[in-house]
Amino acid sequence: MVNKLVTDTAEMLEEKTASRKAVVHSTAYPEQAIGSPFVKNPKMSMRNVDVFYGEKQAIFNVNVDIGQNEVIAMIGPSGCGKSTFLRSINRMNDTVDSCRVKGELTLDGEDIYSAKMDPVALRARVGMVFQKPNPFPKSIYDNVSYGPRLHGLASRRAELDEIVEMSLHRAGLWEEVKDRLDQPGTGLSGGQQQRLCIARAIAISPEVILMDEPCSALDPIATAKIEELIAELSENYTIAIVTHSMQQAARVSHRTAYFHLGHLVEVNDTEKVFTAPEHELTEAYITGRFG
Amino acid sequence: MQTANLLVVLLALSAAAYLMAHGRSVALARPLGGIRHLHSLPFFYGMRASIWCALPAIVLLALWLMFDEPVISMVLLDGLPASHQPSSAADYNLLLNSIENLASGALSKDGADPVLLSAAEKLSNLRNTGQLLVTAVVLSLGTLGLGWGWVKVSPQLRARQQVERVFKSLLLACACVAILTTLGILLSVLFESLRFFQAIPVTDFLFGTEWSPQMAIRPDQIGSSGSFGAIPLFVGTLLISMIAMIVAVPVGLMSALYLAEYASPRFRGLAKPALEILAGIPTVVYGFFAALTVAPFLREAGEGMGLTVSSESALAAGLVMGVMIIPFVSSLADDVINAVPQSMRDGSLGLGATKSETIKQVIFPAALPGIVGGVLLAVSRAIGETMIVVMAAGLAAQMTVNPLETVTTVTVQIVTLLVGDQEFDSPKTLAAFALGLMLFLVTLVLNFIALRVVKKYREQYD
Repeated sequence: MVNKLVTDTAEMLEEKTASRKAVVHSTAYPEQAIGSPFVKNPKMSMRNVDVFYGEKQAIFNVNVDIGQNEVIAMIGPSGCGKSTFLRSINRMNDTVDSCRVKGELTLDGEDIYSAKMDPVALRARVGMVFQKPNPFPKSIYDNVSYGPRLHGLASRRAELDEIVEMSLHRAGLWEEVKDRLDQPGTGLSGGQQQRLCIARAIAISPEVILMDEPCSALDPIATAKIEELIAELSENYTIAIVTHSMQQAARVSHRTAYFHLGHLVEVNDTEKVFTAPEHELTEAYITGRFG
Repeated sequence: MQTANLLVVLLALSAAAYLMAHGRSVALARPLGGIRHLHSLPFFYGMRASIWCALPAIVLLALWLMFDEPVISMVLLDGLPASHQPSSAADYNLLLNSIENLASGALSKDGADPVLLSAAEKLSNLRNTGQLLVTAVVLSLGTLGLGWGWVKVSPQLRARQQVERVFKSLLLACACVAILTTLGILLSVLFESLRFFQAIPVTDFLFGTEWSPQMAIRPDQIGSSGSFGAIPLFVGTLLISMIAMIVAVPVGLMSALYLAEYASPRFRGLAKPALEILAGIPTVVYGFFAALTVAPFLREAGEGMGLTVSSESALAAGLVMGVMIIPFVSSLADDVINAVPQSMRDGSLGLGATKSETIKQVIFPAALPGIVGGVLLAVSRAIGETMIVVMAAGLAAQMTVNPLETVTTVTVQIVTLLVGDQEFDSPKTLAAFALGLMLFLVTLVLNFIALRVVKKYREQYD
């Protein structure tokens, strides 16, 4: 499906400008995200989520599910709260002092923000890849083995080697770095660094991987590699990706969520969002009238 | 005219040069259609003229001030009859001095040697003419420069490049001041040390284990012949520095870690300035704190435990010096830890690491080279510290590593060697320079290492 989308993107974009099928002809925010925000047996579900930075509210009453082995893309103009929302899902926002999250967020039915949930354990289950590649100033091997060592995933060196090799394989980096695992990860190219960060994230076998604009600092070839990788990873992992590139969202995701200034406006199958958006704001954004 | 007045006039002249050239450039630009048709902004034309006006004149004046006395003395001596020509350098100075005193009226003119009297008169005359001459030359040079700067103003003149070249040289000169000062100090210490090593063999100094710099002045005096083994001093220095570092490094580092990673902004806002105040306490104050409070306390505590602690101990000096260095270590380490990018922390936390794991495994290693650089700078500081050890560590040059005993350090010995009236040709006094040279070399090497480490640190992550 992903490959088909890649070839279809251009046609899709043309098609949808020709046939305006927006259902909601209003620029007001819908009470509830329109389209299909909920799925059966969700991996994660978010209900009535509000996020505040001090007095300022950044996210308003968001309701959405993330399905098992799904790739969900979050798009929207800059500053619309996509990254904030993503960082709320694995409690990375805990590190920001002024940040408060309200609402019910669950992973496999467990409340993420309950007192019983340890944010450290949560982050081991919900991994994250950041906008700018951020390998540690350590060797490639140590970068990948960092997580497994912390969580005691390998008792012997051989097991650790195996995890490192497998993670680098899955991240499509093994062939390029297998002869120089002892060299610093910071010496790799930008695209390789980002794949190293993905390898690092999958080395601890998370259930969900959050990606915050993983390709925005990369060139088109490196971007294509990461996108391929996302398609492969979705067989084993649930992925939520924030992106500024609508083409990328169209190419890699199954469902797309459109955020506008902290409001979740529309969630639909990706094909539908890009061919027949239901909300006026979504349509305006994907046809390039703003954003 | 007096030199100070001359300078003021010169400054006024160069200000006038600025205004005139500035005005002329603007006037020249007007028929062309505005100052954008000039090569440079009017400011640069003005600056160029005022530099031309002031710089050559000031250089000339400086040369005059440097060389006028020797020239005048030479002329003066040439005029003296052969009977009064000095025979030696000391004689020469004496002669010049008496002429000088006669001229200024410090020496009574009654009954003075008529030859010298006429020489004194000649001196006054020479001085006056010289002053007049230099005033005339400097002012005419300034006026010439002003005229040159004014005449040359034209839309094609590349005034900006010329002015910038002058300012660049000025910056270079300022940068050279530090380098030349270091070089000058090093050379003066080096030459005095060489004189010392002519009297005392280098090997005795470097490897001798006894330090007792008292020397007999007359051969019939009873007293030591002086021995100049520097090892006890360096052992003492190392001992005290080590105690200081044992206090300062862990406390400084951990307080930096707390401030950078855990502290609330409010606490940080209070604690950081407080630490910096600690760095602002004069070392003299630390010194008497060590001598009057810490050392007696240690002695009593030691007695309570059945240990003999001398009233002036390495421990007291080292502890207080350690406290003094804490802000050094913590402030440098704090900067380095804060310089580790937030993305590193995010990356680690995003993999399910706890805060302490992140600090231990990512932040600390990333900051380590910078921290090492900071610690080495602190070591240099500890080795060079004087006041605390003078007051709290004592003067006895014992070779011991027992921190409860009195030791002395290189800096303390330099102080005691040079305090009071000294003859500058005895090895006892010259030894201070040799010690200073050694200390200089040691701290230089440490600073060099520290700078290299800090440089390497810059390449760590990007």
